[in-house]
Amino acid sequence: MTTTTPDLTGDPARHRKERRVKMVMLAAGVLTIVVSIAIVLSLLSEAISFLTQIDLGQLWAKGWFPRRGRFDLRTIIVHTLLVTAVAMVVAVPLGMGAATYLSEYAPRTVRRVLKPLLEVLAGIPSVVLGFFALTWITPNVMRRIWEDTELFNMGAAGIAVGILIVPLIASVAEDAMRAVPDALREASYGLGARRRHTTLRVVLPAAISGITAGFILGASRAVGETMIVAIAAGASGGSLLTFKITEGGQTMTGAMASLAIGSDQIAGVGAAFQSLFFVGLLLFVFTLILNVASERVIRRFRERY
Amino acid sequence: MTNRSVPTTGDLVAGALKGRRLDVGGFVLVVGLLLALLISMIVLVTLIADMIQQGLPVLAERGWAFVSTPLSPDAHDAGIVQGIMGSLGLMLFVVVIAFPVGVASAIYLEEYAPDTRLTRFIVANVRNLAGVPSIVYGLLGLAIFVKLLGGITGGRTLISGGLTLAILVLPIMIITASEALRAVPMAIREAAFGVGATRWEVIRYQVLPVATPAILTGTVLTIARAFGESAPLLLSGAVLSLFFASPSGATLWDFVAHEKYTALPIIVFNWARQPQKEFVALTAAAIVVLLAILLLVNATAIVLRDRFERRT
Amino acid sequence: MNRIDAQPTSGASDTDRPLVFDVQGLNVFYGDFHAVRDVELPVRQNEITALIGPSGCGKSTVLRSLNRMNDLIPDARVEGQVAYHGVDLYGPEVDPVQVRRHIGMVFQKPNPFPKSIYDNVAFGPKIAGVRSGLDDVVEDSLKRAALWDEVKGKLSESAYALSGGQQQRLCIARAIATRPDVILMDEPASALDPIATLRIEELMFELKEDYTIVVVTHNMQQAARVSDRTAFFTVEVGEDGTRTGVLVEFGDTSTMFTNPSRKETEDYITGRFG
Repeated sequence: MTTTTPDLTGDPARHRKERRVKMVMLAAGVLTIVVSIAIVLSLLSEAISFLTQIDLGQLWAKGWFPRRGRFDLRTIIVHTLLVTAVAMVVAVPLGMGAATYLSEYAPRTVRRVLKPLLEVLAGIPSVVLGFFALTWITPNVMRRIWEDTELFNMGAAGIAVGILIVPLIASVAEDAMRAVPDALREASYGLGARRRHTTLRVVLPAAISGITAGFILGASRAVGETMIVAIAAGASGGSLLTFKITEGGQTMTGAMASLAIGSDQIAGVGAAFQSLFFVGLLLFVFTLILNVASERVIRRFRERY
Repeated sequence: MTNRSVPTTGDLVAGALKGRRLDVGGFVLVVGLLLALLISMIVLVTLIADMIQQGLPVLAERGWAFVSTPLSPDAHDAGIVQGIMGSLGLMLFVVVIAFPVGVASAIYLEEYAPDTRLTRFIVANVRNLAGVPSIVYGLLGLAIFVKLLGGITGGRTLISGGLTLAILVLPIMIITASEALRAVPMAIREAAFGVGATRWEVIRYQVLPVATPAILTGTVLTIARAFGESAPLLLSGAVLSLFFASPSGATLWDFVAHEKYTALPIIVFNWARQPQKEFVALTAAAIVVLLAILLLVNATAIVLRDRFERRT
Repeated sequence: MNRIDAQPTSGASDTDRPLVFDVQGLNVFYGDFHAVRDVELPVRQNEITALIGPSGCGKSTVLRSLNRMNDLIPDARVEGQVAYHGVDLYGPEVDPVQVRRHIGMVFQKPNPFPKSIYDNVAFGPKIAGVRSGLDDVVEDSLKRAALWDEVKGKLSESAYALSGGQQQRLCIARAIATRPDVILMDEPASALDPIATLRIEELMFELKEDYTIVVVTHNMQQAARVSDRTAFFTVEVGEDGTRTGVLVEFGDTSTMFTNPSRKETEDYITGRFG
């Protein structure tokens, strides 16, 4: 047993190693900020150069035809909103129904089978859904309802985007409902309420902000989805403004994809190429706003429970 | 009604408690909810069945040749070997770059970072990056890797595409790895600190081994996601044509080093755009291969998770 | 000194034993929260010092400031002096990692690593750079922790297969393996059944031959049974409702339990409080 003064200073080599490791980890963390800055800078610089090259009236022209210098923002924004709206009409009831069933009704065995299947659906690449929209949804769904549906149409694309975001909406909503304390359910049953009343009047209202956050996140994904629209919504090259989902139309992402496809020819020259970055910037800002909004809503939900 | 005897209290109570009255509204609700879930499942089944039905003739007729021959403008000769090798090459970048950087960032955020403004900013930034549409990453790849650093990457090469995909999945990697680290009990860290381990020793010898299964499973799932991704590749240089010269050799490295590249989902996209009828079947066949690969990767993740779970 | 006490615990009144810790004016803060105030506490070699008191009185906080475990809690701040063999533990040259090698710790809940029994014990020496003779260190530590006979045939099995009491003794063996001279124990038996608790108490008695032990407990019988000296803490509720831990009384355990000088101590010991 030592009673002499102990040496508590520690090995300097070990200190150095400890500091080095920490710096490496910190550098990796900071890299994500570099990525964000790189995204914003590359979008901004080309977008600004786009705006300086064109006459601002061109952003309010007749239709979106970049190679002809017509960059009508209304066209691509309205079409994006149309596709997103169709997607939400499909995804909200399906996602909510699935989530409510899984959270409140499903026996454990059923849950164990169906939940992974929902994850499989989430793993289907969007190119595949795009092809499915074009070859299956258009003839079997769209043309059954509206006979004169064009081959390439925003409706089929919207339905496919909706299918894509069902798992997202379902999983966020299910998490929100499962986070509702059981005490609330018991209180409701204790008052003699039926299960459906408990589900509809107690659990859903309590989970509503979490569910809303899921909707916003789903909408954000729908706005940013590219491949489905590029394959099934048609109008590569450009389109006029239309409000009909049975017709083809260029969305923001669709416009970017078709510029990209042709970017071999237009690379580096002319406003058409740079409009790609301008639309990208718009898309970035749109989705950022939606994501931040959903983050806010979900944080308020967490604070409550 | 001849029995005029007065009912007892017990009878009245029993009467009031009896009768599972059929709750029609409740029944309708359950059926509706289940239907919502089943529709999603039916869509999934329909999709897969439809692809197989359309693609099977091609796969049956061409057999292994479909996966082992290069692209061709003639639908009867066209194969997807360039797409498969290109996709594998792209995944190499994801694994070599996104995995270590992602895990390191997660370790910093979960184990080292003090609760400062910078830390909170990094965390919020990572979450926002995960929500940026993938095509925007394509623009980043085009601006930075194809154009700005074209001298190093060679421009529209697999290197540019791989770096773009790696950056695309980085935030997802960080989020999964962070969750895995957060699930490691504090008690394990305390115990290790208690016997005089430095922070790195605590992480290296105690925290990481516990978190590894979850990190690996998350990584494999992330790779699956990257494998099916195509929008960013449209911008960062994947070749979009019915034919291009194949690399001279047949090894993966030949495909990585080749100046032109494509990926399996890009081939699907390109064929899907072709108006000729033969290409519809060809697209479906390529989709069947793509889905089969993804299924294999996902199954690997599940096996990984199971293996590790049983061990601990 | 108290003469009524006919049979003092071994060495309890032997004030000549050298000081291991000399705590002077210790204040610990967690952010704005003042956790403990102005603690003065001498800890002597080869003795068991018990820290007792109601929950929230800061006894664990004081314990954790003795091997700088509080450093791991963000915004924890320690003021005052903790001298360890005359060295200020919070001095600028001091490495908390090095401190924890000299001053081991056993936690409230058994927290073995999810590894083999052998690897649990060997981890401390390994990171300290011990390469040869590891087997002997492991065996010796397990023997001292009175666990060797139960596990010697299955050192490569998972530590999680052991019972709670065995796991806690494994954690003690793990703490011993770094050859510390102090072992801090934070309610080491609170998660165990009475029989396992008794074994831990017997073990503490054996261990004090070689080590200095500071133990936090809320079980007064335990403190009375095992410790040589006792420090009694309580919670002081300020006018604005803030709760701060303070040391009420410190002395020989036998004295404290038979003839406490402060009314709060007596109330607590006789069960009228807490």
